[in-house]
Amino acid sequence: MNSPVPTLPFSLAANPRLSSWIKFAADGRVTVSPGKVEIGQGIVTALAQIAADELDIDIGRVRMVRATTAASPNEGVTSGSLSIQHSGRALRHACAEIRQIFLAAASERLGVESGVLQIEDGTISGLGNVTTSYWELADEISLDRDATPGAKPKAIAERALAGQSAQRIDIPDKVFARRRFIHDTALAGLLHGRVLRPEHARAKLADLKEDAARAVAGFIAVVRDGSFAGVVCETEAGADAALKALRKGASWSEGEKLPDEDDLAAFLRAQPVESTVIDTRTAAKSASKARTLKRQYIRPYIAHASIAPSCAMAQWNGEDRVHVWTHSQGVYLLRSDLSLVLKLPIEQITVEHLEGAGCYGHNPADDVALDAVLLAKAASGRPVRVQWSRADEMTHGPFGAAMAIEVEADLDATGDIVEWRHSIWSNGHAARPGRGTKPTLLAGYELETPFPIAISGNPPQANGGGGDRNSIPLYDFPAWKIESHRLLTMPVRTSALRTLGAQGNVFAIECFLDEIAAERGEDPVAFRLRHLKDERARDVVRAAAKRAGWKPTPKAGTGYGFGYSRYKNTGAYCAAVAEIEGDEDIRVKKLTLAVDVGEAINPDGVINQIEGGAIQATSWVLKERVRFDRERITSNSWTDYPILRFSEVPEVEVEVIQRSDIDPVGAGEAAHGPVTAAIANAVFDCLGLRVRNLPITRERLIAAMEES
Amino acid sequence: MPTIRFRLNGAPTEIDTDPDQLLLDVLRGPLGLTGPHFGCGAGECGACRVIVGDHAVTSCDTPLWSVADKDVTTLEGLGSPEQPQPLQRAFLAEQAMHCGYCVAGVLVSAAALLRQIPKPTERQVREALDRNLCRCGSQNRIVRAVLRAANEAAVT
Repeated sequence: MNSPVPTLPFSLAANPRLSSWIKFAADGRVTVSPGKVEIGQGIVTALAQIAADELDIDIGRVRMVRATTAASPNEGVTSGSLSIQHSGRALRHACAEIRQIFLAAASERLGVESGVLQIEDGTISGLGNVTTSYWELADEISLDRDATPGAKPKAIAERALAGQSAQRIDIPDKVFARRRFIHDTALAGLLHGRVLRPEHARAKLADLKEDAARAVAGFIAVVRDGSFAGVVCETEAGADAALKALRKGASWSEGEKLPDEDDLAAFLRAQPVESTVIDTRTAAKSASKARTLKRQYIRPYIAHASIAPSCAMAQWNGEDRVHVWTHSQGVYLLRSDLSLVLKLPIEQITVEHLEGAGCYGHNPADDVALDAVLLAKAASGRPVRVQWSRADEMTHGPFGAAMAIEVEADLDATGDIVEWRHSIWSNGHAARPGRGTKPTLLAGYELETPFPIAISGNPPQANGGGGDRNSIPLYDFPAWKIESHRLLTMPVRTSALRTLGAQGNVFAIECFLDEIAAERGEDPVAFRLRHLKDERARDVVRAAAKRAGWKPTPKAGTGYGFGYSRYKNTGAYCAAVAEIEGDEDIRVKKLTLAVDVGEAINPDGVINQIEGGAIQATSWVLKERVRFDRERITSNSWTDYPILRFSEVPEVEVEVIQRSDIDPVGAGEAAHGPVTAAIANAVFDCLGLRVRNLPITRERLIAAMEES
Repeated sequence: MPTIRFRLNGAPTEIDTDPDQLLLDVLRGPLGLTGPHFGCGAGECGACRVIVGDHAVTSCDTPLWSVADKDVTTLEGLGSPEQPQPLQRAFLAEQAMHCGYCVAGVLVSAAALLRQIPKPTERQVREALDRNLCRCGSQNRIVRAVLRAANEAAVT
């Protein structure tokens, strides 16, 4: 029998040079340089754990380097719950190989066979008192060599740190007000910029009177290029005042019409589309259909609504070199789009990551970077920081795409499913920079010679899909057909929001199943287990049910609901039980979740991600919906776009099923779909109402009551 | 320009500037602090909260003149790595954040609460933090951390 040819992990194959990942510094530290970035998810800590484990060093010696196009491995974008899979595996493999290289060198230097050498906190010792260390040997070993596929990482039992909850390394700075965020980073000679954006959707700047802005104390420059306009000032307060003055002096063309917010499904289903059959399954034997059930589920546009407005800094060196500081999720991808807009070779652009607030997908982080680059051109070589306003953050960034999802089930005489059909109408869920031949940065659409507005696309199913993410059933239905209709018009700008289409699709599938189970008079957990063959899936379903005491005895005014999914059909397994109180409004009291991410590198980090996802999903379900009239986005403040508050947050319990022998996957997006469905199903359990149009607000409860 | 005097994190501070300037702009601008964060500019999210006297206020919509002769405490004034305030210790112990951008304002609101109610109930903590928004979903950890700090302070 042939053994499989060993291959390098994905990110290491793309960036094989070992020195691009690991360096031994003279001060006894180890520099670890991943291409993925911290966005509040704790990834940097999990990666430090992996490196420390594989190299046998104390985690305190690890210095994590922020991604930069000047030096870091190119790992694309930090998204899709893939950082542990990509960066984690690459680092583990690279460190394993480095460890072997150093052991071989130590063996030669100490005259001892490498088999008897041991490494403890970086000190390599043989029998007796002979020792050396990574740092002693570092001078004579070059890591400027490519990784080879043969290196074997440690066996699970030999890992000291992976699987342990480690303290996150970024938290002390944030608790003690040390500068860590891009918003707080000081650069010598820093100036401040603001950009003027229209109130009406895609209105063009017709005329701009600059005098009042120029009169503001500390004024440096007005920059205008077509409909793009902004100011640069010595101080932030000055920049705000100058922007206000500029706004007064601006006149705009009429904008473009927005859809009817109150009939999103009609809008979505009336647009020109590109249709794709995502998957089909044909029944082995024909079954007799007794009747067909058909339901439509709607998810609104959802805002990323980061708690910090997007921010970036840029500094030109002469006319042809620029350095950019950004909280983008992909420094190399942003650089590609900047290069397209500026018509500068990528070698002349350096993009460096600094932490921002949580972004939850493609928010305006990349847009503001181009804004900063354009404004910094007028700053005579001084760095400029540009920060968006709250209103712009909630208006001009991309949104998570609205979805209309129609699900049909053919049922046999006993009410069992014999065929399943699932159709999605939605804008694409991906328009990140750096992927195409045209840039997707907002200011690029506003320039005198504008780039065409990129209509959002969908990643292929092999990468988890976009609008179709999680649309293929995880259940063993005998036959199905899954179709995705991607809109070719895009009046509301959309791009990646946490889970892409998965939240909408899991909502539709899991609520429809609940309805079919209820019609049969079958318990929804039993119904799911009857249709799930994957043992890991069955385990999370049973674990969540058991932990929640499924199904608790109903009390008046209380309801319980269940939801399950495996994120992207290939990632983390997650099941959720929601307990709600319902009358005129819905209050989610408790969420009980079980999750299986394979090997949980930092179990507390996994719990934190699942808790956060569950709470954010509750906010989406109960409150969130981008509001607009026919001219403009109107939900441009926290009053008009409310999110869940402390007193409304449910209790969340998470059980992690640790599977140390299975490669880890990410946890950040696993909870949204199951929690969404569990809440909606609990609403039915409590009030007898099927709300299929999110969010589940008082008005939607009334509408559902009128329908039923 | 008139001179405005107040105590900032215990230290006498004076500044010659337009008294209508927003407190947040003055703290982050000429005074060079980065604890209070800009989030919305409308007093809605709480990322910019500081304690004035005994109350947590949103510094993004508070004019500088209104703090004349008063005590202003920012996150920088709560404690240090060498001498952490119980809340800071508790936030570390509970790993009470995701991205942490809102945490500066949350810690300040919690500190104001514990000054007024040293042993709050969970409900009181949630109500006191209701004007602080967290987008990542760290609320339950934050509440646990505040309760832990209250307990710890009661013991010591």
